[in-house]
Amino acid sequence: MAILSALIAGFIFGSGLLFSGMANPAKVLNFLDLTGHWDPSLAFVMIGAISISAVAFLIAMRRRRSLLALPIQLPIGKNITLRLMMGSAVFGIGWGLAGFCPGPALVAMGAGYAKAWGFGIAMLFGMAAFEWLEKINVQS
Amino acid sequence: MSIDFVHFTPGWALAGGLLIGLAAAVLILFNGRVCGISGIVGGLLKPKRDDSAWRLAFLVGMMGAPLLFRYLDRLPILDVQAGWSTILIAGFLVGIGTRYAGGCTSGHGVCGLARGSLRSLLATLTFMTVGILMAILHAHWLTT
Repeated sequence: MAILSALIAGFIFGSGLLFSGMANPAKVLNFLDLTGHWDPSLAFVMIGAISISAVAFLIAMRRRRSLLALPIQLPIGKNITLRLMMGSAVFGIGWGLAGFCPGPALVAMGAGYAKAWGFGIAMLFGMAAFEWLEKINVQS
Repeated sequence: MSIDFVHFTPGWALAGGLLIGLAAAVLILFNGRVCGISGIVGGLLKPKRDDSAWRLAFLVGMMGAPLLFRYLDRLPILDVQAGWSTILIAGFLVGIGTRYAGGCTSGHGVCGLARGSLRSLLATLTFMTVGILMAILHAHWLTT
């Protein structure tokens, strides 16, 4: 059941990215580039997404187990760390260059775009580099 | 700045956003997991027991969405303007950056803000600001 609900959630998420236009890097860049012909659509994506999920998290934060009796795992970190800020800045550089963040890149991969696959594979290398650096950090 | 009314699609954007929120709601209320794509993918690189199947299922569902759109002849054109070198550099930066940040547009920008997390608010303001600066720089001053 957990597998099925994850599959359905992924499908709804991917559909949302396609309907909203967020899966289209050109539209994302037209949102980020405030100096050009600005397309504010993506602000509406955020409003829609946050409004629904805020209700869900309000419910989830009062529960210990999900509707499938799985533990509800919410982030517990509270500290504002250098890695949070630097990581977000590095992510912002990549996002502003290509117009892809992880979700839309995966949807574009599913749609068969070669450059999305290039982006996705490079992204996996970046994530693997993080795991490798973390391992070195622990050992030293 | 001038608003691009030709490409401005507030209705579709809001509808798509509601679906994204619905997906996040399903994942937290049924699976008990936060819908953060970088975390879902990244968790596969350091697998824990019984923790990979739901991640793979989510990703299959996500990558399967365009297949249905194609079947219904409704797959929108996704316009990837960046050149190959930019794509590869950007992909690497997004991968390493989101893992250090512990989230991306979905984990921090949607779920984190919906939870009222200060960490996520600061992360979102940071990647939005840098993303805006980089997009402006790339569109008007850099050519690749």
